[in-house]
Amino acid sequence: MLVACGLESLEELFAHLPEAVRLKRPLDLPRGVSEYEIVDYFRRRGEENAAGYASFLGAGVYAHYRPVLVDTVVARGEFLTSYTPYQAEISQGTLTSIFEFQTMICQLTSMDVANASMYDGSTALAEAALMAARLTGRNGLVVARNVHPEYREVLKTYAKNQDMPLTEFGYDPETGAADLAGLEREINDRTAAVIVQSPNFFGVVEDVDRAAAIARRSGALLVMAFTEAVSLGILNPPAADIVAGELQSFAISPSFGGPFAGIIATREKFARQMPGRLVGETTDTHGNRAFCLTLATREQHIRREKATSNICTNQALIALMATVFMSVYGKQGLRELAGQNLAKAHYLAGKLQPRFTGPFFNEFVVSTGRRSPDEINHVLLGERIIGGLPLARFYPELPDTMLLCATEMSRREDMDKLAGAF
Amino acid sequence: MSIQKVRSHISPNEALLFERSSPGKKAYQLPELDVPPVDPATALGASHVRAEIEGFPEVSEVEVIRHFTRLSTWNYAIDHGMYPLGSCTMKYNPRVNELVARIEGLAWAHPYQPESLSQGALEIMARLESALLEITGMDAVTLQPAAGAHGELTGILLIRALLEQRGNPRKKILIPDSAHGTNPATAAIAGYQVENIRSSEHGLLDLVALEQSVTEDVAALMITNPNTLGVFESCIIEAAAVLHRKGALLYMDGANMNALVGIARPGDFGADVMHLNLHKTFSTPHGGGGPGGGPVAVKKHLEPFLPVPRLKRNGEGWALDYARPQSIGKVRAFYGNFGVLVRALAYIMAHGGNGLRAATADAVLNANYIRKKLEPYFDLPYTLPNMHEAVFSDERQARQGVRTGDIAKRLIDYGFHPYTVSFPLIVHGAMMIEPTETESKLELDQFIDAMISIAGEVEAEPGMVRTAPHSTRTSRVDEVKAARKPVLKWTPASP
Repeated sequence: MLVACGLESLEELFAHLPEAVRLKRPLDLPRGVSEYEIVDYFRRRGEENAAGYASFLGAGVYAHYRPVLVDTVVARGEFLTSYTPYQAEISQGTLTSIFEFQTMICQLTSMDVANASMYDGSTALAEAALMAARLTGRNGLVVARNVHPEYREVLKTYAKNQDMPLTEFGYDPETGAADLAGLEREINDRTAAVIVQSPNFFGVVEDVDRAAAIARRSGALLVMAFTEAVSLGILNPPAADIVAGELQSFAISPSFGGPFAGIIATREKFARQMPGRLVGETTDTHGNRAFCLTLATREQHIRREKATSNICTNQALIALMATVFMSVYGKQGLRELAGQNLAKAHYLAGKLQPRFTGPFFNEFVVSTGRRSPDEINHVLLGERIIGGLPLARFYPELPDTMLLCATEMSRREDMDKLAGAF
Repeated sequence: MSIQKVRSHISPNEALLFERSSPGKKAYQLPELDVPPVDPATALGASHVRAEIEGFPEVSEVEVIRHFTRLSTWNYAIDHGMYPLGSCTMKYNPRVNELVARIEGLAWAHPYQPESLSQGALEIMARLESALLEITGMDAVTLQPAAGAHGELTGILLIRALLEQRGNPRKKILIPDSAHGTNPATAAIAGYQVENIRSSEHGLLDLVALEQSVTEDVAALMITNPNTLGVFESCIIEAAAVLHRKGALLYMDGANMNALVGIARPGDFGADVMHLNLHKTFSTPHGGGGPGGGPVAVKKHLEPFLPVPRLKRNGEGWALDYARPQSIGKVRAFYGNFGVLVRALAYIMAHGGNGLRAATADAVLNANYIRKKLEPYFDLPYTLPNMHEAVFSDERQARQGVRTGDIAKRLIDYGFHPYTVSFPLIVHGAMMIEPTETESKLELDQFIDAMISIAGEVEAEPGMVRTAPHSTRTSRVDEVKAARKPVLKWTPASP
């Protein structure tokens, strides 16, 4: 090949580079290792983590069982090692599965249109806020304080540089739900979006309809975030204008926080201001049904600085995990799964002192009594149980509380042990 | 009698899941509940409880596996063959990386589990950080951004934060006309105006034009190096000096880093901030369009502004440091696409320093070999030495009415994924070919033969090329129709 290129050595390939830019030494990295050594290295790192513990952590990342079919499908090289489906004729597998994904997200959220997925829930929420600003021609954001704290931080990062003032409103200290009177005080005629999460960060189910009514009276849009997708198996779909959520619960490994898949779903009339990829139905030259990426004139590779977002990738393989998950559980299974989560969490809550009175799905805040949250968690670690998330880290006004989560994977005996440590 | 394609074969005719559904079918199993059941209406309030999810699938387990297996056969993938998409770096995805990312202690690690029980995960992140710093020659790196474009946004926000601290965030970002679309879109999302710079006649950054454009209003230049023609920007050090003299910064888009690893380091040629695409250079699977990973590496002066948390050595172990008052905040919840980071580190470990450099050399050799072999058949508008990719123009074929997109579709009939079509924009009818180091001479020769054969077909049977592909399940797809009346979800056919 060198001869064909008229070269004598590989080094000549780089001879045209200016001398000053060339690295004159080998990279200072360990020599390459074998497959066995790689597996061994990561096994050891895995053992240094909390393998084999029962966990009651939720807070945006949930431990749900991953049906075997999920990895069976996503391990197929045809899905794993393909690129973005720009060449529709040889990407119908990915395109068809995304079309099914968009359809199922619409069914789940009762929205008209869903995109092909976003990086995660936090960035989906930030993009939804920017979308609301484009749709309303306004720039104010009013956000409930019981939206996931890390989501709010991401929102702040995005909003700050778009010159979008962001104000927060509180929560009812009794119920844990968003304080709608507080919302009435913060909202004004510059407000583009009112942002609530349901179930919220405390696990409490919000009255999204009432929040939406307040938003609309002021000409703002209601953006609803969710972090626990399984809740949609049992909870009424929201009366929101834009839904921004995280699908990690749908067979996506916790994986120390990612990769996950976010979604944005909305009403038909707002679709052209959506960020991210969309797959649409069409036909091929023989008149057969086919799918392709569509409405790309919203996107950066066509519109450049006038695009609706700079997002390029979606999370196709992760969205496929969620698609397989939804196919496996289906109409009946998702309901039953949600019912099990509800039952487990209420069993656990029944043994403890919930801090708030609002209705909850599979997460709730408890007050710790004689022991501090850290002491309780320390005791539990001795029993190979990871307890709850102490809330003081994000809510200084809630010392001596922790957020607990129970799912279908929480065993009764572990819940009993957990309750015993309080 | 000729053999015809049979459209009634069940695999290419697989219906949508919704069309396969029938009431009562199920593919799931749940354990028996070991706690008392709870009435949803009582626990949640009747108004919060939904009716059944209308239209949601109801299929059996074997139907699920057959459905997705049949769909998978409609995809082309690296595992099938060469995928020479320029700028996308479609290299082999080692399978050991998939295995290690699924190790229980890693895959099931919760981001809020105690630091004492997260040391393995933090050690992986720390080791990847240090490898990326050695590869890029930069001083600090954040692993938080979820993809390349997300990394760009993070990088530009860092620049804004630094300039704000110096008293003026400035107004404009300069971008060469050969840049990826994400660059101007990112600048706009970060609140900057975009000013395009015309490339020189050789397709390079024009230093004179740059000097004229860099005013007190310019925050940074975003540049891809090697650029989207696959050509190294030879005056990059001088360009950095021009920017720095005026208090502006150099952002490097690392999309083409596969041409540089072990050869040259952005940190040594003047970049202040850059992102890497782990799904390109470091072999993590594209997965049909994600997930990716977009770490951002910076020089010291930008380090205080990096997103929180930062990894910090704490006695014997690692800790997450949130006490960073100058930080731009968070760009994503938690710590980034950890599962992607695991795969990228596994790739780096498998290669080692010398192996990474050898991969770069192979990638550049492969691109030069293709260029040499195809030059007699296709127009090469820019002739400077190229690195990891070669960009041709369809000028000769256009005389027969055949465009780059048609040639791309015809390649499919030969068993290859097309090259990147019509990009960069500075090349008329661009055909952008990046073979990566993955391909052997055998595969390269097969690809070259296919391209030469198509060049012949363009002269002899242009109409046949214009209607390609002819051998796929789906023939050419009507994208105009899809956009004119968007159908974005399945609905039951009206009775």
